[in-house]
Amino acid sequence: MKEELFISGRANLNIDPVLHIWHWQIPVYLFLGGLAAGLLFFASLYTVLGKEDKYKTAVRIAPVIAPFALVLGLFALFLDLKHKLFFWQLYTTIRLDSPMSWGAWTLMVVTPLSFVWVALHIKDFFPRWDWKFKLVIQLEAWLQKNKQGLAWIILIFSIILGVYTGILLSAFNARPLWNTSILGPLFLVSGLSTGAASIMWLSKDAKERKLFSQIDLMLIAVELFFIIHLFMGFLASTEVQIEAAKYFLGGQFTFSFWVFVVGIGLIVPASLEIIELSGRHIPVAIPAALILFGGIIFRFIMVEAGQVTRYLY
Amino acid sequence: MATNRRDFIKISALGAGALAITKPVFGWLPDFMKNKEPMDDSKAKRFPTYCEICFWKCAGWAYTNEQGELWKIEGNEDDLHSNGRFCPRGTGGVGMYYDDDRLKTPLIRETVDGVQRYRKASWDEALSFIAKRMQEISEKWGPESIALFSHGSGGAYFGHLLKAFGSASITAPSYAQCRGPREVAFNVTFGSQLGSPEPLDIRDTQCLVLIGSHLGENMHNGQVQEMSQAIDKGATIITVDPRFSTAASKSKYWLPIKPATDIALLLAWIHVIIYEELYDKEYVEQNTIGFEQLKAHVKNNTPEWAYGITTIKPDLIRKSAYEMAKASPSVIVHPGRHVTWYGDDTQRMRGVAILNALLGAWGRRGGFYIPEKFKLPKFPGPKYPKPKKTKSDAHQGKYNLADTFLSNGICEASTINIERDFTYKAWFINGTNLIETLPDKKLTEAALNQLELVVVIDTMPMAITGYADVVLPECTYLERYDEIRVSPHRIPQMALRMPAAEPRWDCKPAEWMARQLAHKVGLSEYFNYESHEELLDWQLRQVGSSLEEMKVVGVKSFDREFDDLYFREGEVPQFNTNSGKIELYSTELEREGFDPMPVYTKHPEPPAGFYRLIYGRAPMHTFSRTANNPNLTDLMDENKIWINPKVAKQWGLKNEQPIWLENQDGVVSSFPIKVRVTERIRWDSVYMVHGFGHSNKQLTRAYGRGASDTQMITNVMVDPIMGGTGMRGNFVTFHVEKPSSKEEVAL
Amino acid sequence: MRYAMAIDTLKCVGCSDCVVACQTENNVPIGYCRDWIVEAVDGTYPQLEIELRSERCNHCDNSPCVRACPTGASHYKEGGIVAVYHNECIGCGACIQSCPYDARYSHPEGYVDKCTFCYHRVEKGQKPACVSVCPTNCMYFGDLDDENSDVSRMLKTRKYKVLAPEAGTKPMVYYLI
Repeated sequence: MKEELFISGRANLNIDPVLHIWHWQIPVYLFLGGLAAGLLFFASLYTVLGKEDKYKTAVRIAPVIAPFALVLGLFALFLDLKHKLFFWQLYTTIRLDSPMSWGAWTLMVVTPLSFVWVALHIKDFFPRWDWKFKLVIQLEAWLQKNKQGLAWIILIFSIILGVYTGILLSAFNARPLWNTSILGPLFLVSGLSTGAASIMWLSKDAKERKLFSQIDLMLIAVELFFIIHLFMGFLASTEVQIEAAKYFLGGQFTFSFWVFVVGIGLIVPASLEIIELSGRHIPVAIPAALILFGGIIFRFIMVEAGQVTRYLY
Repeated sequence: MATNRRDFIKISALGAGALAITKPVFGWLPDFMKNKEPMDDSKAKRFPTYCEICFWKCAGWAYTNEQGELWKIEGNEDDLHSNGRFCPRGTGGVGMYYDDDRLKTPLIRETVDGVQRYRKASWDEALSFIAKRMQEISEKWGPESIALFSHGSGGAYFGHLLKAFGSASITAPSYAQCRGPREVAFNVTFGSQLGSPEPLDIRDTQCLVLIGSHLGENMHNGQVQEMSQAIDKGATIITVDPRFSTAASKSKYWLPIKPATDIALLLAWIHVIIYEELYDKEYVEQNTIGFEQLKAHVKNNTPEWAYGITTIKPDLIRKSAYEMAKASPSVIVHPGRHVTWYGDDTQRMRGVAILNALLGAWGRRGGFYIPEKFKLPKFPGPKYPKPKKTKSDAHQGKYNLADTFLSNGICEASTINIERDFTYKAWFINGTNLIETLPDKKLTEAALNQLELVVVIDTMPMAITGYADVVLPECTYLERYDEIRVSPHRIPQMALRMPAAEPRWDCKPAEWMARQLAHKVGLSEYFNYESHEELLDWQLRQVGSSLEEMKVVGVKSFDREFDDLYFREGEVPQFNTNSGKIELYSTELEREGFDPMPVYTKHPEPPAGFYRLIYGRAPMHTFSRTANNPNLTDLMDENKIWINPKVAKQWGLKNEQPIWLENQDGVVSSFPIKVRVTERIRWDSVYMVHGFGHSNKQLTRAYGRGASDTQMITNVMVDPIMGGTGMRGNFVTFHVEKPSSKEEVAL
Repeated sequence: MRYAMAIDTLKCVGCSDCVVACQTENNVPIGYCRDWIVEAVDGTYPQLEIELRSERCNHCDNSPCVRACPTGASHYKEGGIVAVYHNECIGCGACIQSCPYDARYSHPEGYVDKCTFCYHRVEKGQKPACVSVCPTNCMYFGDLDDENSDVSRMLKTRKYKVLAPEAGTKPMVYYLI
């Protein structure tokens, strides 16, 4: 029989007996960041592709959620900080080694851009909106003229933001569950999927709904592929990663992951969308809500489970 | 419903109104933007002290920060007990000071509407109450009917007071509940007791044999340090223990003995060493008597014979004996410390002493060195009156070889018994939690119930505190002066303890209490000085030092006055025994009517479904007295019951599962204890660390944490030679749910 | 200069003095610790082995915590000691997540705290509190670049290991086995 125990010390709050330093704030932050990334990605993508008028919801309506999601996300991140009065220290330095620093600065860029994007389309919501100040009016006109350029910038930053939500976790070599480079693309795809689902939900145009339903289906397929690949990778890897995978293959997260994330969050909405695309009517809110639900649960489980996995020595 | 005269009173939050100090956070700067710098040594002040967390009494320095708050404690580099390194308990001594559960004011028992409770009292009131009661008892029953139980430095002053008052009944549980058998055994063998610290030359030994001693888990600081030095120097360690102790894991040979069979192993070792002629012939011939008798005595005690009893393979017994012989005379068969196990403990310790004698270890480098004793002169005062009753009255003529009053003897002599013409009427209890210390709690309670005065002097509200008529809150060792520490060692040394911080709340030093009491009972001439400083300074000046000097150096060493550390080449040493030689055959034991040489007797074994309860120590705690220390509970806050995986499987027990214990007499543990399934314990025994399972709710960190081994010890096997209380003959079984029908000992 | 520690598992008795000495020296709050003791038991009665390890921050040469820190609060001091500026720490927890040894904790005041190798003592030529208190003298501290330092001498003559070498952190706390 082998025994390995702490005979003294190690009762540090949130570290022992299992690491639990990140609570609900981080998964919420990651979800909102991913959602905003998805929304901004599609908005800028269809602007760049010159289909701004064809996919009005994607470009003009849905992105209004993005700044709110980002601000709420940042607020959640702020709540996570345990030395809050020193929050500003994040912006006294840029540390390229640190995904946390990277994310803080990305958000610093993306959040204002998302506000600008919404401002450019504010007349869609309030047709009689008046910017009042001459300078602002001039600025708006200039931005409208250079909207393509702005869209390119947002496109790039939205991808960075989407990938970042995964890299924040995957940069932690110490947590075997997170220690895989597939987490970046997986979180990006998941974020895009929640973005597409939101657009689909908000859109009143059947064609647009159909397009985003198809995009969503494709993203779900890619996501499922990544998830399978994730576990294949773990099982073919080191002992600690095999241990990590076991949490999902018979261990404590098996049920919640496969039922809530893969089942209710991916397969059920995908099936509903296939049914919808095949002509039968399904209220669009159902698959969209399920995808959003799956997206947030996915992040909760990944953050929670990752903290449970550790190096053994 | 008849209530006891002495109901147990839970000490409530009396005195808690005083400002609660929590441990200060040093380095807090009002300017929150500044980085928190670590504490700076150069801004600290240090005060000499010696540790009171255990009896090893290491000398060190208590540091205070810029604000004068107690910060940390470190060892004094000149001190032979600690060599500048305190053990975890000593380092965590600050926690004793910062413990907010401490006793805060004097308390007096009173009865209001038939309910007994404590009320706060002033010092004058409390001490006057005691003085009056003492005088009444003295008139009615004689002054010798007052006894003192002490396991702390403060005992010296109360002892002085009692002796002046006319009583010699002063006892420490550390004798009959702990090391007494060993003292008697070594005394009758070598004519010298071992004392504390034991004169073991571990640092230079080539072979250290631990039989039931778990050095490393018991942190006898100097010995643990020297064991480590010995390991560095390549010494062999042999450990005999039914449990794979920490020391066993450092050993070349571990002998996983069946419990209660140690004498058989010792006899087999003696057999091998004599019959294979491995003993130190010259030494034995010159210095011992009774070799031939011993040789005949152990003739049949072959390793093969012992195998059947101890379950240790003959080959292992022989190999370990050869290892000892190879190292002879630089070998130590460790006498242990807590040796009251099976009631034949003096004889077992005789086996240890004989083995050491055969190997020529006594008085030899790497064996037992000759310690240099040193005494400070007593402050001038009148002679003590001669007490009319002695220990023989208390023990009814038994245990003549014990050279001190026995705690359990006094306890027994405190219960009403028509056959005895003498009964104790008052107890002073200083720094020892008798409820957890004395076996047989029922007897202790019976004694407490008929006493006319119980005074508890302590820092913490322990279980015993609830039985007091008067509780006197003693300040911790970090807040007071005490006697100068003079203990035997390789060279004579003395160490000073002085206050490093102001006493918290209304706590006072024992010296002050004893002196005030002396004034109140008209014994002022015995305390003929104004302050404790004056007393200490006078004593120190007699040996060419002063309080002023000691405050600076903390520890002062002197040269050895006599002897060498070891016997000189060609020296024929005199031993303080009847024959003047080392007595392999004890004439003293023979005269008292006991076996002159140790004999193996079989002890009862656990019935089916029961396991022998073995208890021991953890390095982070001193018995039950540290169980509430915040720093030390941080290291270990409960004990667990060690169960062999085979047994655990049989019972379906899992790690961390709480279970209740029930002993052979149907006593069920008050609290559950968590299971540790481990290969480190034999299948016929269970193990737990002593000192947990506190029942006093005022100990907020200790209450209900783990279980109390003492509660399970109801079968006490008394050593007929010296009255030691053997406690290892108790067996427990498990309950996964709290049993309700069985008798439970009320707390 | 490269500070390192070597801990002799053959001498350590797991008494936890290092833990409490650190707590008092550095004023680590009650309930928290910067170092701790692990007991590893292997075998079947009576063929058994125990390894006792006093563990703490490994002051890695390739510290993931310093890389993970978004503000630079986690930094290397002279001699490679990894430390935290409390007034630059935002308490985001990234360094805690990044440490394979779980050696960091969140101080009740909000910042992240950890073993400092007692640099405030080391600067003055003293040894870390845990090393200087150890009753078994089983800990060695010193400069790896100095071949006469205690730690260099031990590593030259004894077999040793580090914890979780596969994590690639290059730990500077060595265990003599």
